[in-house]
Amino acid sequence: MSRQPGSVAQTFARLRQDPLGITGLVIVVVILLATVFARLLAPHDPLEVDVYNRLAGPSWQHWLGTDQLGRDVLSRVLLGGQVALKVALVAISVSMAAGLALGMMAGFGPKWLDRVLVICFDTLRSFPTIMFALAIVALIGPSLNTVIGVIIITSIPVYARVVRTQTLALRERDFILAERAMGASTARILRHHVLPNIAAPLFILASMDVPAVIGMEAGLSFLGLGVSPPTPSWGSILNDGYSYLRNSPWPIIAGGLPLILVTLGFTFFGESLRDILDPKLRGKDR
Amino acid sequence: MNQTVLQIRDLSVSYATEQGPLRALRQVSFEVPQGKIIGIVGESGCGKSTLIASIIRLLAPNARIDSGSIVFRGKDLLGLSTDEMRALRGNEISIVFQDPMSSLNPVLTIGRQMADVQHRSRSGRGEKNARSLMMLERVGIPDPAGQLRRYPHHLSGGMRQRVAIAMALMSEPALLIADEPTTALDATLEVQIIQRLKELQRDFGCSILFISHHLGVIAELCDEVIVMYAGEVCESGPMREVFLTPRHPYTQRLLECDPARIRQRTRQLPVIEGSLPSLVELPRGCIFRERCGQSFERCSIERPRLAGDVHKSACHLSDIAS
Repeated sequence: MSRQPGSVAQTFARLRQDPLGITGLVIVVVILLATVFARLLAPHDPLEVDVYNRLAGPSWQHWLGTDQLGRDVLSRVLLGGQVALKVALVAISVSMAAGLALGMMAGFGPKWLDRVLVICFDTLRSFPTIMFALAIVALIGPSLNTVIGVIIITSIPVYARVVRTQTLALRERDFILAERAMGASTARILRHHVLPNIAAPLFILASMDVPAVIGMEAGLSFLGLGVSPPTPSWGSILNDGYSYLRNSPWPIIAGGLPLILVTLGFTFFGESLRDILDPKLRGKDR
Repeated sequence: MNQTVLQIRDLSVSYATEQGPLRALRQVSFEVPQGKIIGIVGESGCGKSTLIASIIRLLAPNARIDSGSIVFRGKDLLGLSTDEMRALRGNEISIVFQDPMSSLNPVLTIGRQMADVQHRSRSGRGEKNARSLMMLERVGIPDPAGQLRRYPHHLSGGMRQRVAIAMALMSEPALLIADEPTTALDATLEVQIIQRLKELQRDFGCSILFISHHLGVIAELCDEVIVMYAGEVCESGPMREVFLTPRHPYTQRLLECDPARIRQRTRQLPVIEGSLPSLVELPRGCIFRERCGQSFERCSIERPRLAGDVHKSACHLSDIAS
């Protein structure tokens, strides 16, 4: 294996040479900025009802029109983005951390522990996510936290399996044996030698996981299993728009477009990052 | 001054396999005196790696130490706890591995790794870097400050091996184990590294246990030689004596086979006929009997013991001679 490790600056310099990667990065940055400053950018209160102006098309007042209650769709999309990114950020960081810990335990620990953990990962992975979500929601009721919880539980095995495979491969490498022979403890080996070696694939996986997690949140909210009504979410905007599709196509377009952009942006960026950080994987899909 | 750093007595190690225990080492005994370079020669599979792994207690999970003792500076290593053992590794006992291409972490800079080896020291980052620099200079690396910022893949094999040696000597160990450190390098580099090791040994005053299957390197570097065959020590003694008047037939054949000794142009290099016996079902008597050519009745009944005062050999023939 001859990975070219490099600094952040080097990675960025190589990213700039990849048109698709830079496009992805721009989309990602624009969406991030728009979401972070959503409250400032939103032209209206996303919850403000204006029944005389229902299902209106785009106008100077309402750039993306209004929904069935006359609420400004653009403002709702911007605020909905906050929900989406909050879910992505929390769910991915928690499942990445948990997956990292469990995957390292499976990959570096005793064999029986590895077996037990792999069985747990496989069992969790074999549930259909939506069914699992329905069951959880039926048990504790719909809320954003439920959505985050469901996503975390179903994502942990994904991260844990990648970490486990990488750790298993590293474990047999000479430099790990050399470290041991130089008196390093297991904790030290994991933190200083295994972690830096698996950081790159983990970040690539995380960046590719963002659209999947956002899509999942939108899907669950669309089904009414996520955020509860007045709060905007891209999924609930889609659901509202879907019911009134004959009256106005704008809410559907406005709710769907950011989903498509997020998916494209993070996928382009993730793939470009993968090619830069891990040239071996080029042309392969995970 | 003439103390023993490492004393191994009757060490037997076996691996659990499906066919039964594979007896990789059998009653291996030798000593490493302070400040000496001891060479271990032997072909692949003679137990060199098992021996090293036993000394630093990093044996494979299916390995078992059946008997014997390994005494390092008065401490029995086999009786130490895991933590006590870890405190010794990379501190009083260090290792340089065979392949410098894979013994360094590919994603960390040389500087980080060299600072990391000093994890026991309480000194700050600056001091650690200064020490790394000094060590790199001592192993003869040009532009040490620049190397600290580089990654292993920026360095050539010879440079990496020097870095590995610098890391191993960082803690000024009493014993440096070198596991075929020059096998993966080309011949000119080999000579340089050997010269450097010799100088470093003189400067640091440590003992070196040098494992190799290259006779020339052993002859160049070592004070004493231990010849191993199929998990046993078959001959040991001062380097010159073993090389000039080998007593064990295996050592004699090994020396005949050294390509450096062949003066005549030939298409057929000499070989030792036969192959290593199975270590799961050990033959009775002498382990080298079937390939020896000089065996007689006693060889198939009785296992020869390592005998002699300074220059020892495990062969019934030397019994007759003396």
